[in-house]
Amino acid sequence: MKPKTIIESGGPLLGLAFVAIVFGLLVGPQFFRGNNLELIARQTAIVCTAALGMTMVIVAGGIDLSVGSIVALTTVVIALVLGADYGPIAAATAGIGAGAICGLISGLLVTRLRVVPFIVTLGMMLLVRGTAKGLSGERRLEAPATWLNDMLRTLEPGRGFLVPGGIWLVAILALAVAITLQYTRFGRHLFSIGSNERTARLCGVAVDRTKVAVYTIAAALTGVAGVLQFSRLSVGDPTVADGLELDVIAAVIIGGGSLAGGRGTVPGTILGAATMAVIQIGCAQRGLPNWVQQIVTGAIIVLAVALDRWRQRH
Amino acid sequence: MGDAISGTPRFEMRGIRKAFGATTAVDGVDVSVAPGEVCAIVGQNGAGKSTLMAILSGALQPDAGRMTLDGAPYQPAHPLDARRAGVAMIYQELSLAPHLTVAENILLGMEPASFGLIRRAEMRRTAKEVLGRLGHPEISVDAPVGTLSPAAQQLVEIGRALAVGCRVLVLDEPTSSLSQADTQRLFALIAELKRTGHAIVYISHFIEEVKEVADRILVLRDGTMAGGGMTADLAPPDIVKLMVGRPVDALYPRSPRRRGAPILDVSDFGPSGATFTLHRGEIIGIAGLVGAGRTRLFRGLFGLEPVRTGRVRLGAWSGTAAPNERWRMGCGFLSEDRKEEGLAAALSVADNMTLSRLEGLGPGPMVFPRTQDRAAARWMDRLQIKSRSPRQPVAELSGGNQQKVAIARLLHHDVDVLLLDEPTRGIDVASKAQIYELIDALVSKRQATGDSERQATGDSERQQAEREPRAVLMISSYVPELLGLCDRIAVMCRGRLGEPRPVADLTEHGLMLEATGAGDA
Repeated sequence: MKPKTIIESGGPLLGLAFVAIVFGLLVGPQFFRGNNLELIARQTAIVCTAALGMTMVIVAGGIDLSVGSIVALTTVVIALVLGADYGPIAAATAGIGAGAICGLISGLLVTRLRVVPFIVTLGMMLLVRGTAKGLSGERRLEAPATWLNDMLRTLEPGRGFLVPGGIWLVAILALAVAITLQYTRFGRHLFSIGSNERTARLCGVAVDRTKVAVYTIAAALTGVAGVLQFSRLSVGDPTVADGLELDVIAAVIIGGGSLAGGRGTVPGTILGAATMAVIQIGCAQRGLPNWVQQIVTGAIIVLAVALDRWRQRH
Repeated sequence: MGDAISGTPRFEMRGIRKAFGATTAVDGVDVSVAPGEVCAIVGQNGAGKSTLMAILSGALQPDAGRMTLDGAPYQPAHPLDARRAGVAMIYQELSLAPHLTVAENILLGMEPASFGLIRRAEMRRTAKEVLGRLGHPEISVDAPVGTLSPAAQQLVEIGRALAVGCRVLVLDEPTSSLSQADTQRLFALIAELKRTGHAIVYISHFIEEVKEVADRILVLRDGTMAGGGMTADLAPPDIVKLMVGRPVDALYPRSPRRRGAPILDVSDFGPSGATFTLHRGEIIGIAGLVGAGRTRLFRGLFGLEPVRTGRVRLGAWSGTAAPNERWRMGCGFLSEDRKEEGLAAALSVADNMTLSRLEGLGPGPMVFPRTQDRAAARWMDRLQIKSRSPRQPVAELSGGNQQKVAIARLLHHDVDVLLLDEPTRGIDVASKAQIYELIDALVSKRQATGDSERQATGDSERQQAEREPRAVLMISSYVPELLGLCDRIAVMCRGRLGEPRPVADLTEHGLMLEATGAGDA
């Protein structure tokens, strides 16, 4: 399993190594210091968590464009619940639950109305963003400080567990999603639906139920990404994470996922997300303007997919 | 080959060999065609015809051997090269641009132009002249090709070959989409092309047709020349024997069967009004023409299409049910459409085989790839499926091996009732023979299939029932196959299913008449 995973994610690994070396040379050896790597990890955490869900959706041949909106809604819900003096656990649960409900609605619309996921989730993107703005009265919601705000905060030296709790959370979720995809019936069903939905139906896979489940689970994971986003902002912001879905989809695609369905891995997705974070932070530390960063990221996305196609042919 | 016609052949292949990895597709094949001669190459699917044609057309390069065109070396690097040299291919699936006009298609890639602008009048004139030469001036050169009949489209394709001045014309299964009358017209055209000195290579597996059109017949089997000769010297049974490699009647095994308890009971079911009872240890065949509604009946039985009328009883369960329930009731369905529905092409052999029953391949909701591979490897071994490993994507397998993977799914699931829709369509004859043997074994007294698998899954409850033979309901458009395998055959004609009758009372001729509706009168 181990060596095979590395070979399968060879393309993404190469891409990450390439950008890391380039920025290592540009920025200098301090780019690879512990605290800088932690910064990269913290930067990746939000995209990564949402991309775990997106990997499952894309493997099943779907797509979810409402990711950014769900993150915003989650931060708003958390701020509201905290503001009403419920504890942080209740707030996080409510936020993740709100995300899951959005996914459930998407899934039901995709399967019941037989509308393609691109359209359904495009609609949901606006619907959810609107809901977030309505709930918050179109402003940022202050919330009392709790430990939720510390999930992605650098730990004081000598305290705790190497990296912030939020990063551990992402690692555990990644492991869980990887196992689900590769080693469970649900995971195999996702691959079969993404590869050939008619075959899946013929083989007795409950296609509709599986699809509803995957959209719901993915949106719940996006909700977790929203919790991490809240911990960084410490306020509920209905306008946050605008366009995040594109970063998330890009992470999956750089990681070897196929928009045609049936392909995608968790290790690949994580490498994809890390690649983009390295570019972002590298550009920032080198003092390169935002437009350079965008051009580099765009080029990497196209290159990664082209490399992958080439690898498949040979 | 020996019987080359005197004089320089127009086209010649000598000692052509081509291997893909470990499998040799074509080995030591010699073909020579004289000007004005029609040479037919026949063979089962998988015999190496397509590989040979790909080499001829420059799509593939041979590993060994040489080709000459009018005595000069002919080594096309790619299909366009072949076309320029004067070798034109007319494929089964026509390669026309449906939205362009007839004239545009005929002169595609060689449009007369000045300063980058196409001289339309000249283009239309050339196209008209070519169609006139083909004896079909009635085809409008301005019509979009997509609006023409298949026969007319084929003419346009042949016209395109003539427009570039080809000397060798290769026709690959040209009649597969043509009506009887259009076929005759095509043959007349071929006779005309012979007179103008074209050499024609005619690929087919319809023996009657080849007897009619070809001067000489070469039979390809397993990538080598199995034999051949002048058409007049070969009788159809001889040709079949060369193609198949053994006498035809030995293809269909029939071990002793004993009809057991009824397991699938259908009455007045769906639009076809199907009424029959299928027993364990029995094969019922459904004959009929493509589009008669046979597949629809199966899909209705398996819950893939809604059915509102009639009754159905499968074992202890009554009424229609969804596919996942049907699997659980011990009923499996083999789709006729292997590519689009039967298999998930990108998934591995193991995933495809075990998809309907991943339960038992790991604790709880888990699926262990190792266990899955072991289960798949067992079937690969038993059905002699040629695949590098259980993890190989099923798309990389040959048609026959793919079909065996699709059938292995039913065996892995260990179903009692098998609904097989065209189980041997488009596969090589060796695989066909294996599938016939397998189907026969399923309904005869218990055999090895399934024993160790049952131990592996530890499914003790089903073990008792599994001692009994299974039941098969199969659709086939190939009547000899049904007569050879089935116990009873029902005919589907114009959407209605007749009563199943014992094969002893039936003949191939009679069944064909009934299927076409001619038997009613």
